[in-house]
Amino acid sequence: MNSTALPTDPVQPAQPSTPSTSRYTILDRETRGLKDLFGRWEALLALLLVLVFAANSIVLPHFLDLYNLLDGTVNFSEKAMIALPMALLIICREIDISVAGTLALSSVAMGLAMHAGVPPAALPLVALACGSACGLLNGVLVTRFALPSIVVTIGTVSLYRGLASVVLGDKAFTGYPQLMADWGQGYFFGIVPREFVVLLVLAAVFALVLHTTTWGRRIYAIGNNPDAARFSGIAVDRYRLALFMLTGAMAGLAAFFLTGRIASTRPNIATGWELEVITMVILGGVSIAGGAGTIGGVLLAVLTLGVATYGMSLANIPGIYMTIVVGVLLLVTIALPRLLRARAARK
Amino acid sequence: MNGLFKQREPLLALMVVALVLAVGVGAPVFLSAASLANLVTDSTLLVMLALAQMLVIVTRGVDLSVASNLALSGMVAAMLASRHPELPLALPVLAACAVGLALGLVNGWLVGTLALPPIVITLGSMSVYRGLVFVLSGGTWVSAHQMPANFVAFPLTRLLGMPNLVWIAAAVTLAMLFIARHTRFGRDLYAIGNAPHCAGTIGIPTARRLLWTYGLSGLVAGLCGYLWVARYAVAYTEVAYGFEFTVIAACVIGGVSIAGGVGSVTGALLGALFLTVIGNALPVLQVSPFWQSALTGLVILAAVLVNARGNGKRSRQILPLHKNALEQRAH
Repeated sequence: MNSTALPTDPVQPAQPSTPSTSRYTILDRETRGLKDLFGRWEALLALLLVLVFAANSIVLPHFLDLYNLLDGTVNFSEKAMIALPMALLIICREIDISVAGTLALSSVAMGLAMHAGVPPAALPLVALACGSACGLLNGVLVTRFALPSIVVTIGTVSLYRGLASVVLGDKAFTGYPQLMADWGQGYFFGIVPREFVVLLVLAAVFALVLHTTTWGRRIYAIGNNPDAARFSGIAVDRYRLALFMLTGAMAGLAAFFLTGRIASTRPNIATGWELEVITMVILGGVSIAGGAGTIGGVLLAVLTLGVATYGMSLANIPGIYMTIVVGVLLLVTIALPRLLRARAARK
Repeated sequence: MNGLFKQREPLLALMVVALVLAVGVGAPVFLSAASLANLVTDSTLLVMLALAQMLVIVTRGVDLSVASNLALSGMVAAMLASRHPELPLALPVLAACAVGLALGLVNGWLVGTLALPPIVITLGSMSVYRGLVFVLSGGTWVSAHQMPANFVAFPLTRLLGMPNLVWIAAAVTLAMLFIARHTRFGRDLYAIGNAPHCAGTIGIPTARRLLWTYGLSGLVAGLCGYLWVARYAVAYTEVAYGFEFTVIAACVIGGVSIAGGVGSVTGALLGALFLTVIGNALPVLQVSPFWQSALTGLVILAAVLVNARGNGKRSRQILPLHKNALEQRAH
């Protein structure tokens, strides 16, 4: 009954082509053919990534510079860190609009803690704790009071950002310790930005948890049909609460890196990020209707957007053009499969 | 009497009045006629946008692109008026409405005909429209001295003692009331939101209805685009940035269910008034402007909680289901 209400996900994998030899053959898994491979969202995204990359390297003379390319990754690493748990949340049929507010509040919490004399090594813990607390409030409101998450987080985003601006006023926190600059701006081996490495490690962990563990399967189950998931013994609300806290914690972690990178906490820190993060997730093939999506897809979308942004900044195109590109990309990638399928069906 | 207060709208109206009186106790100047008239004028744009948004949310959709649409249509009107001051006022206004309608129809086509998820579509078009404002204007501002005098003056020109803004908002409210309650179009929207499949089965042309619902939302955004840039006498890329959330919040406070099928014009109207009262009361009470966002967030949460308590349990379950089964279907 749920699926009827929602436009079906355009990126479902192709139907398994059961061999016609016996009616009773039950395969262990779907047969995989070339068509399935290229019908997959991730394959399309990978193709897009290659195209964007190729176009950039042809048009822009300085594009293929390993140092610059790796440096460019810091522009999206923090957003992508939030996109990972957001993907889980959206797969689970929830959404968190408040991540940018959580990030701002966590950054402020670090600033306050620093001025209170908390040692630098404990600052990331402060950010994580603050982020988790924000996530906990979201999760409690959603699970305890049976409220739709989009509504709750529209409320909490003004609350969190508001609290941040109450503390900050029109000032800014600066003078963060060297440790944070090391992580926000530093490199491993003098070439790979630390943020990017952290992102890749986190992505691997998220992919493992989502795709190989029972927890991951249960998240898909909840997203596909929460009622059925509940009746099959999954503690649906506990998963939801945990995912909200995880998203908050990751927003706190992103706050640690972002604050370290820009070396300050300003009232307008990370404005509009919630929509960019959600765009990354949806472009990555995660269905807004829940129950479908992969971490690999999200990571591909992040890289595609990252390469496109980097190319545009090399070509001196103003950042706001990027919002058009992102929007068009999102609309086209969502609409195109539907249009093609409609055409195929008419034939 | 008891039944009356079980309904959301009288309760909300009471809350608005109580809030106004409570603020008045703290700062009597708030209750002066001028201040109250100001309050009504300030609420108009939010009221109109919230009413259009209500119709969209009723169909289980959401239109995140309204604020960007508003900025783009406003910019079109402002640029047209400033480049060609000799044109009659109606032309830039119509241009804004036409642009808004066109942008809304794009959303409507994608959501209705292609049956794509509204939140994703309007998220995408929101970025595109906002970016187009920059492309169109080249990132420059159109400020008061560039706009013709009558273009800027119109929204606050008084007719029978009230600014035109208020009359326009009243007309829009009446039109919405009529559409939602007395037209087949409006009733169909509720049917679509309640049970999309049944709506199709009983012959409601869902795709066409959705097309025009988003079109209507765009049209109102376009009209508000002109009114916004004229009232504040400035048009730039960031006009109404983030306003879409305020609009949705007004609807939610007004009892419009994000799960679709539930919502009334009065509710959305009162929700918008409620948010405006909060916004106007804080400076009067000399609350630091930095508190505004936090308090607004708290109010939204409180209102949502109060609304949710009224729903109660819908049916008995053998196992305790997760409680938001009904709400979750929206997304």
